[in-house]
Amino acid sequence: MGNYLRKVWAVFAKDVRAELRTKDIFSAMFVFSLLATLVFAFALPGKLMEPKEVAGVAPGLLWVAYTFSGVLGLNRSFIVEKDRGSLEGLLLAPADRSAIYLGKMLSNLTFMVLVEILITPIFGVVFNYSMWNPLLIPVVLLGTLGFAEIGTLFAAMAVNTRAREVLLPVLFFSIMLPVIIAAANATTALLSNRPIEDIAGQLQFIAIFDIIFLALPVLLFELVVEE
Amino acid sequence: MTNAAHSVMIRAKGLHKNFGNRAVLRGVDLDLRQGEFVTLLGPNGAGKTTLLRILATLARPTSGTIEIAGIALKDARPTIRGLLGVISHQTFLYEDLNAFENLRFYGRLYDVPELEKRIHEVLEKVGLERRAIDRVRTYSRGMQQRLSIARAILHNPPILLLDEPDTGLDRQASNMLSGLIHELAIDGQERSVLMTTHNLERGLAMCDRVVVLAGGKMVADRAATGLTADELQQFYFDSVSRGR
Repeated sequence: MGNYLRKVWAVFAKDVRAELRTKDIFSAMFVFSLLATLVFAFALPGKLMEPKEVAGVAPGLLWVAYTFSGVLGLNRSFIVEKDRGSLEGLLLAPADRSAIYLGKMLSNLTFMVLVEILITPIFGVVFNYSMWNPLLIPVVLLGTLGFAEIGTLFAAMAVNTRAREVLLPVLFFSIMLPVIIAAANATTALLSNRPIEDIAGQLQFIAIFDIIFLALPVLLFELVVEE
Repeated sequence: MTNAAHSVMIRAKGLHKNFGNRAVLRGVDLDLRQGEFVTLLGPNGAGKTTLLRILATLARPTSGTIEIAGIALKDARPTIRGLLGVISHQTFLYEDLNAFENLRFYGRLYDVPELEKRIHEVLEKVGLERRAIDRVRTYSRGMQQRLSIARAILHNPPILLLDEPDTGLDRQASNMLSGLIHELAIDGQERSVLMTTHNLERGLAMCDRVVVLAGGKMVADRAATGLTADELQQFYFDSVSRGR
């Protein structure tokens, strides 16, 4: 097990090190989420920007910014490997391929969470709406974990196809839609100061989704990356 | 290098590979013995790269069996990957990491013992020790390919699979690479090497045996001893036209 985890860590550390040098994925995700936030702010009718109304729309828009920027990052994570030929180098290693999946998934999760940490307060300022509620942290983390799990698997599938940039969002959103809805509803409830009991069902649903979609890619990744 | 008594390191039997309705390999049989250097020749589209990708566990055959060092490929793919060093025209390197970081990453994936010491050894072997902390993107194509060799031999594999390793290299870099590959084939242990190339002369200079693949079938197989470049050329064209 220790050996397996060392390989997961090696892939994760390599991705983080390369990203620290280039900032390719992180900067694209952050700039995209920032632009999406500004577009939402300017595109919404003035009435919806009123403090009473904004509570109804802000959480949904926030999750749109999270997910769309996340897809951008997920797409890049395998395209970079594929275009530079290093994906095959990874697949040639005598590691269980699920270790490669988990390493890539963890690096994608890290980049997404970092962007969310930066964009959430900016979103609050732009919409003049308090985004602070400590219970939001587990909701965002569980939702983002689900994105990273399923997105990393689909990104690996899509990277070998010609329409890879299009295929990933199509596959990803078809599966992720229930999680996005649950996470947005939970966020709305929390930011409206409703009790935690109100979101227990949604949290449970997202957690079950996360467990299933952690197990499935671990089993399927080998088949997905082989010809 | 060849010794008939040496064990078989790669044994492929009846390999077929289809992509949709298109048959790329049609019943390929191949043996590679310990310490043997085999050059695999064939025109574009003959199935050379597909064969190497299957042997390297990057693709699965549609049918047929493969044993690597006596182990059935389908039973122990991760174990078998540890016995292989693969060099292709793609380097499998990360351009934003330096040479040392690239090798450390691959060394961790391959569980290389005394990794730092081994990295210095292989970097010295390929003549890149002084550039160890430079990012790979600052390397010339020839240097990247030398680093790719260091990556492939880092875990000291008994089998090397080389897929047109000199593609994109100038003559000088190509000569240096050939010298290095030849040196590695006889380095300390008797490595088995299977190399595809379009350069008949270069392929002949290094190998013990020449096999020719055409139209997805193995159409010729002969010892290289005593074969001149002109004879090989004639043998190659005859074999290919027979296979069509």
